Amino acid sequence: MSAAAHPQLIARSTARARNAPGALYLLATMVVALTLFTPDFFSVANLTNVLLQVAVLTIVALGMTLVILTEGIDLSLGPVLGLCGVAASMIVVAGYPLPVAIVAALAIGSAFGLLNGSLVAIAGMPPFIVTLGAFGIAQSLATVLTGGNSVTPLPEYYRWFNAGVFLGIPVPIWATIVLFGLTWLLLYRTKFGRYVFAIGGNKQALKLAGTRVSLYHVLVYVYAGALTAVASFIMTARMNAAHPTIGVGIEFDAIAAVILGGTSFEKGRGSIAGTVVGALAVGVLRNGLNLLGVSAEWQVAIVGVVIIGAVALDSLRGFNT
Amino acid sequence: MNTTARPLAIGRLRIDHGVFIVVSRLVAVTAIVVVLAILSPYFLTWSNFINVLRHAALQFMMASGLTLVVLTGGIDLSIGAVLGLAACLSASLISTGSETIGIVFALIAGLAAGAANGVLVTYGRIPAFIATYGMLWIAHGLGYVFMKGEVIYGLPQAFRWIGAGFVGPIPAPVIVAVVLFVVLHVMLHRTVLGRSIYAIGGNPSAARLSGMPVKRRLIAVYAMSGLLSGLAALVVIARLNAADSSLGEDLLLAAIAAVCLGGTSLFGGVGGIAGTAIGSIILALVVNGMNLLGVQTFWQNGVMGAIILASVLADQLAGPRLLGRR
Repeated sequence: MSAAAHPQLIARSTARARNAPGALYLLATMVVALTLFTPDFFSVANLTNVLLQVAVLTIVALGMTLVILTEGIDLSLGPVLGLCGVAASMIVVAGYPLPVAIVAALAIGSAFGLLNGSLVAIAGMPPFIVTLGAFGIAQSLATVLTGGNSVTPLPEYYRWFNAGVFLGIPVPIWATIVLFGLTWLLLYRTKFGRYVFAIGGNKQALKLAGTRVSLYHVLVYVYAGALTAVASFIMTARMNAAHPTIGVGIEFDAIAAVILGGTSFEKGRGSIAGTVVGALAVGVLRNGLNLLGVSAEWQVAIVGVVIIGAVALDSLRGFNT
Repeated sequence: MNTTARPLAIGRLRIDHGVFIVVSRLVAVTAIVVVLAILSPYFLTWSNFINVLRHAALQFMMASGLTLVVLTGGIDLSIGAVLGLAACLSASLISTGSETIGIVFALIAGLAAGAANGVLVTYGRIPAFIATYGMLWIAHGLGYVFMKGEVIYGLPQAFRWIGAGFVGPIPAPVIVAVVLFVVLHVMLHRTVLGRSIYAIGGNPSAARLSGMPVKRRLIAVYAMSGLLSGLAALVVIARLNAADSSLGEDLLLAAIAAVCLGGTSLFGGVGGIAGTAIGSIILALVVNGMNLLGVQTFWQNGVMGAIILASVLADQLAGPRLLGRR
């Protein structure tokens, strides 16, 4: 890391400290309230359950953070998760070994990332329209592949992705920790990471400085797609079946997590630590609504209100300006 | 059709951006018609022609409000979900006999959701795609809450005229769409609101600095988009004679595809309602062709997605060069 980057880093970490409280306060308030009002919330079983549920969301949201840091958005991650899950399961069910399925899922996730990234970074199309187009394509492919049905029965070992325990810690939590570490290294210790912040900060200046920005910009989307492919295995294992719609709405929760975590849509500000807090907040919110007996339909609307409220607060508090 | 387009020399050719859009779309329509006429004997029949027209009309109603929003440089991702919610609310009222209240309710629900979008985008300073994406899930959730997974079936015959009726040989939705087209076209090109839509899309800062009430105009535009979703909801339930909460789910991609196909720039300021009308006709032809050729409906969202990407990419590659920008 060059010495010249240090003032920026310091400025960035103070900005991070200022941004963090929003999601943290929300999380703390909800934890206290739920502990007081629901007998089941503060138990080892339920809290483990929350962490397991949040794993998929966190992994997708890590990739989404990078995309949003570049002032982009990836609406296709939900259907891409569904497509990866369906394709990998079909490969395993057809009798091929697991590594083939893993490679295929990663290839599909990355390919969609490559498509999105190229159209955004090289062709200069708006990210939401590109990824919305990819949304339709991924959704269609997943449905066509399965004829709209679930892929079952999955082999017994598949459940390991969700229920497996390694050194006393469940596999999904391991996956989250490892991928968080990887993303942290990429974001804060590599050239790639510095470009992620810089693309969101001032893409024009980077271009004028003669940097090949587009390549890194494309890679951001590829990385988000690849992370989503990994998440698809945990999701499929938890459902114990792959259905083309398993990913529906996960991109929405991921966007909520990223924004609650203090990453803003402008000027490349934010952090992945904030995203983890944001994902926990979304997870606890959904878990709490479940415990309070709020139906899934209301939850959809409530999370919609929360996401809009969070962005509105974020911009009204002036963090973006 | 667009104010910023100007002819530019490419080699010896001079091509206007609007001309490029119109010519390329006419070529597309002709190609689809010729191919389908060869592949399907049923394609060139009167009843199929009426089918295509009716589908294009519905498509246009959903895409017209979106066009206004896109012209300002914004986006409304909530139109499908708002349509679904408005459809459920009004269908439940209409099927129990309160027709007028049901119709008014659909329009008010759409208007309210659209106005909320507008307020969030302007005073809330939320990026349009995120505000309307949030609204998508709110409307979607409320629709499910309201319906609890049930389907409302059987609407009064008199009400169904707007979706399933005819005026002579012409389906009623086509008449509604044509009237809507004329109203919106005049509004865009002959009124202050219309001109400010282009001004805001072309250069928001200049619009604000010239003293235009940009925020109020934008709220009006988003509200109109919602209102038109409410109107489309009425036509859709009248046509289907039924409503359920998933009604609007697949309509968003198609509406965006119609706008993109119509050559309206997603960066705002360039395009118009005429383009969207052409885009709607092309989409209706594509869907009709897929049905005639027996393509699974599973493919439809994928085809819409591919059409969006291809048409935006084509305009992106050809447009700026023709316009001499960038």
